[in-house]
Amino acid sequence: MLTHLRRSIVASIVFIVLLGFGYNYAGLAVSRVFFAHQANGSIGKNGSPLIGQNWTGPHWFQGRPDSDNPLSTGAANLGPRSKLLVSDVAKQIAVLKREGIAPTADLVTTSGSGIDPDISPADAYDQVKAVADSNRLPVWQVRHLVDAHVHGRQLGILGSPYVNVLELNEALAAEKH
Amino acid sequence: MGFFWTVSATVVLLAITWRFLGSYMAAVFDGRINYLRWLERLIYRLLAVDPEQEQSWQRYAGALVVFSGVAILVTYTCMRIQQHIGINPQHQLDVKPALSFNTAVSFVTNTNWQNYSGESTMSFFTLMVALTVQQFVSASVGIAVAIAMVRGFVRKDCATIGNFWADLVRCILYIMVPISFLFGILWVAQGAVDTLGASVHVKNALTGFTQSIARGPMGFIEPIKQLGTNGGGPFNANGAHPYENPTPLTNLLSLVLVLAIPFALTYTFGKMAGKIREGVALLGAMVLIFSVWAGIAAYAEQRPNPAVARGAAVTHTVVRQKAGNMEGKEVRNGASASSLYNIASTQTSTGSVDSANDSFNPMGGFALLTGMMLGEVTPGGAGSGLYTILLMAVIAVFIGGLMIGRTPEYLGKKIQAREVKLAAIGVLVMPVTVLIMTAIAVSIHAGRVGALNAGPHGFTEILYAFTSQANNNGSAFAGLNGNTAFYNVMGAIAMLMGRFAVMIPCLALGGTLAAKGSVPAGLGTFRTDTPMFSGLVVGVIVIIGGLSFFPAVSLGPIVEQLSTGKFF
Repeated sequence: MLTHLRRSIVASIVFIVLLGFGYNYAGLAVSRVFFAHQANGSIGKNGSPLIGQNWTGPHWFQGRPDSDNPLSTGAANLGPRSKLLVSDVAKQIAVLKREGIAPTADLVTTSGSGIDPDISPADAYDQVKAVADSNRLPVWQVRHLVDAHVHGRQLGILGSPYVNVLELNEALAAEKH
Repeated sequence: MGFFWTVSATVVLLAITWRFLGSYMAAVFDGRINYLRWLERLIYRLLAVDPEQEQSWQRYAGALVVFSGVAILVTYTCMRIQQHIGINPQHQLDVKPALSFNTAVSFVTNTNWQNYSGESTMSFFTLMVALTVQQFVSASVGIAVAIAMVRGFVRKDCATIGNFWADLVRCILYIMVPISFLFGILWVAQGAVDTLGASVHVKNALTGFTQSIARGPMGFIEPIKQLGTNGGGPFNANGAHPYENPTPLTNLLSLVLVLAIPFALTYTFGKMAGKIREGVALLGAMVLIFSVWAGIAAYAEQRPNPAVARGAAVTHTVVRQKAGNMEGKEVRNGASASSLYNIASTQTSTGSVDSANDSFNPMGGFALLTGMMLGEVTPGGAGSGLYTILLMAVIAVFIGGLMIGRTPEYLGKKIQAREVKLAAIGVLVMPVTVLIMTAIAVSIHAGRVGALNAGPHGFTEILYAFTSQANNNGSAFAGLNGNTAFYNVMGAIAMLMGRFAVMIPCLALGGTLAAKGSVPAGLGTFRTDTPMFSGLVVGVIVIIGGLSFFPAVSLGPIVEQLSTGKFF
């Protein structure tokens, strides 16, 4: 029993040194040397393309109706037969309709992270007319922007095609000038 | 189409890891892998352990229990003093006692149930030194138990089942650390965050929108979180967070890492037993159940979400849900791949999620919940999957023996009253714990107030919580507010039961069998390396799970699925 206890205490210390500090700091060193940009959060001029933001109004392409607060991530956790979810969805549909956007499923549901930075290509195309009108740009030009920002499946086979909202809006801003 | 390729890639990668990781693990526990001999020897010297000196099952279990107790204490202490100890750029406060206790138990038992939101609770010190260390260690303890138990099956007239310290150290040094580190590099290259910097404030010049973004040393924690079937994410959003799981590639590899060790251990088992087909028979049972459950979930999540459909109907709008149920899911991963991720994580005792379990369609939620209720054996957690399915196999040969009226044998060992009793205890601990605790929780106010959703879904949240903790899974129908004294303490007890009240009978079984001689297989021996035996094991798993849980599940997801048109 005492032998077990002594060994357990020593082992705990050894693992703290080896795994808690050794493993993690070795990883941090590799990250800093080879992947400094990613390791710091891929932060660009207007935020990180990995972290969703609020883009209100038809002036911009909109993301999903998340809270977009990276200090408190996570999903809304409402069940598939939740009255609250029904009313949240109905409210979001009304908002989008007022802005002249045909609501799509991604644009009326919240994500798993609460900071989903992406929308599906269909979500983006459905916003083209509203965005073009409100920015006084020709529709074809805005559609062209979306075309250029559709990410295909990774390695050709993985995940779903998506459009990064930050990238698309940065391109839209450049187009306006 | 994309989903088809995702599944194909997963199958191919797992077939490769099954074969090669499986034989590698057998070699590691045989002491034949020793490229880090200097470090291994140094650790043995510090511990004053002779790795060649083997232990009886009682000493093996004793070392394991005392070590886990110390680990709980160390982890608890880290959380209680994190405010004063540094590496805390976010200035997180000390964690409250009840939550610290629950979390310490949770990480030491390989559960990784989290009653807190990572980015606003844990300092980077706690994250690295308390939680990550346990992600390596608890998984290795689980694997060590499985290996010790298998030794019991394959040895003859032997009083010992291995050395706990040697098994633990070898598993960490040769399996956990190298694989996690390699994948860590890939993770950061794909975009995972990995820094000790505080949150950064950014202002979008286009909209004036400002945002504070929490970061942390996550890139290298993520692979061990998956590989060790741990599941405790540094961020609250877990695998849905783009900093933890940035791309569809990391999403796929998360899936592969989670399933790699539990599946490969069947190869290790076969190799140690001297007959790979014995392992294949267990693998067959695992794969069959896993595939059916993954199919149910993928199908359910490709269906539209009923609440979204109702929201559209009441506003007289058409909302196309071609992509399936996207509530609580990430666009880049898509509904099908997300359901696969969560199925893999619930059936391996991992519990990490890349989408909200709570928002799965009723049958999707059913698949997640019942996958755990089958006892986490398809393929189950790192080590825990193999040792629990071996209990099921013992019961299967016992039932097979009853059918043909012969003393059952497994791997040449006679299965007698003592073995069957131990297996029955190990198998029944989990359902008994889950049902009693759920019954208590729904009977008293402190339990009922935790649920977020109303109606049957709220019941499912509570049932799910105890199923998850008693199976050392750690996933949640996360609407439940578990950070109360009631849930913290009850949950901790469930996790301890699910871990040690199963491990100890497994080690006892290993010890008892090791001491027995072996009987040569004859004409009348019931063969355990055939599809017939796989089928029998599947039958035992499904019947035990079904008999234990069908009434409870009827009150939750089944009622929810059947109440078409009703909202709560």
